[in-house]
Amino acid sequence: MITLVLEPEPKAATSQAATSMNDDTKISVRDFDFFYGAAKVLHGISLDIPARKVTALIGPSGCGKSTFIRSINRMNDIIPEARASGTIAIDGRDVYRGDTDVVELRRRVGMVFQKSNPFPKSIYDNVAYGLRIGGMRNKRQLDDIIERSLTRAALWHEVKDRLQASALALSGGQQQRLCIARALAVDPEILLMDEPASALDPIATSKIEELIYELKDNYTIVIVTHNMQQAARVSDRTAFFMLGRVVEYAETNAIFMNPKEKMTEDYVTGRFG
Amino acid sequence: MTANLRRRKLFSHFFEILCGLAVVIALIPLAMILFYVIKEGAGALNWDFFTKMPKPVGETGGGMANAIVGTLILISIGALFAVPVGGICGVHLAEYPSTKFSSVVRFAADVLNGVPSIVVGIFAYGLLVMPVKRFSAIAGGVALGLLMIPIVVRTTEELLRLVPGGLREGALALGARRSRAVFGVIVPAALPGILTGILVAIARVAGETAPLLFTALGNRFWSTSLTQPISSLTMQVYAYANSPYDDWHRQAWAGAFLLVMIILTLSIAARLAVRRLERMNRP
Repeated sequence: MITLVLEPEPKAATSQAATSMNDDTKISVRDFDFFYGAAKVLHGISLDIPARKVTALIGPSGCGKSTFIRSINRMNDIIPEARASGTIAIDGRDVYRGDTDVVELRRRVGMVFQKSNPFPKSIYDNVAYGLRIGGMRNKRQLDDIIERSLTRAALWHEVKDRLQASALALSGGQQQRLCIARALAVDPEILLMDEPASALDPIATSKIEELIYELKDNYTIVIVTHNMQQAARVSDRTAFFMLGRVVEYAETNAIFMNPKEKMTEDYVTGRFG
Repeated sequence: MTANLRRRKLFSHFFEILCGLAVVIALIPLAMILFYVIKEGAGALNWDFFTKMPKPVGETGGGMANAIVGTLILISIGALFAVPVGGICGVHLAEYPSTKFSSVVRFAADVLNGVPSIVVGIFAYGLLVMPVKRFSAIAGGVALGLLMIPIVVRTTEELLRLVPGGLREGALALGARRSRAVFGVIVPAALPGILTGILVAIARVAGETAPLLFTALGNRFWSTSLTQPISSLTMQVYAYANSPYDDWHRQAWAGAFLLVMIILTLSIAARLAVRRLERMNRP
């Protein structure tokens, strides 16, 4: 079950990898390159991300993990002069095809950012935001989904008595869980988390980690993290990024206990990075 | 080496003193204006000033009720005209900051900001007074609105840019279209700031006299009609200050005091709103 992708393989090899993709693959990435203007920041990324598992992306700063995760829901589209080539297929369909509706894509692929970004609105309105732009007006239906989303994000008991209070009054950790609840409310299939706990204290961090553990039964989760213990704790698979390439991608245990690559070993043992 | 250091220290002291002196020179006129306006105006201000109409020449007493209402009407017309136009321009500039069209709009706003207010008055006169051969509140309001537009444009743009980028990303990541993210999240987040811009613009034009002389003309009688000449505090102060009567001078001071207080209040309100927005912005 170990998928190992080193350098971009020749075309024949990758197409074979694509055909051997098993049924559990949710996101299938092939020869994905990404450019900011003339600078190439991702080089031939190819990996299969399994459904309903947690996949961690680790690697030193500037290695392209964030760029990669933001390519999955095409958040990089808002950057002028950014360009992508290759494919990222979700359930076999390339999100970079010309006829993809990015709005539809982003409803299926939720995202949680490094810096929590609640809207300056009430707690209730934050969670309702995605539902309302989807056209939901029914108060009772909204109430139900908001309660369920906040419960799933392990925040309901802390905020149920003050749903109309400003989201900005919450603590950092609560704000981040609110952002998770907000993403869950629109019922995505995939949840992308870009260093979701890097700005939080250890207690808030462990809450987020427990949450990730709970959520993976229902969601495909991709998480970028700088914290290797965190990757080891929460993820099923880990991809090690370096200078815009995937150096090694395997079961998390294998990456940490028995890395195939010298560079991976050096990184996970803290010899650099 | 020590001689060098001493020279540098001396140099530094010299410029510190120079800076301090410049600040004092800049503040003296403000302090004197406030001092005289308060000294002469505060005492002259009474309840009659707000509620009574001007008395005929020769009679003492009376107030400026018509001018106060006139100022409010003129400013409202100006804001009604300038806020939508300037606000939408500001959103455009913040959303498409580096297009050719945006740099043209920005330049146009800066030029309009620099146009002498009397020229704006003459323009409104040609546009709205000449064709109908009648001075009117509308013409005055439009002239004030033209002066407000550039201020509203630039403050709206700047304050929208203060909104953290994460909010936009958050909205887009939930499947919002760009327009929805802008008008549903970014503009509301900047709203206190945008209101500030409007207050600053109002404060700026509340004290204008020149553009009103050709347009609203002034009126010694009660009028709330938009198509008739109307009075304003500034024009009334101008007329009374030029008169030979002591009682009118006293009332001119009261009018000046009221104007300064209005502008001061608006400026302080604007400051507080900006401070609130900045606090939200902190990490």
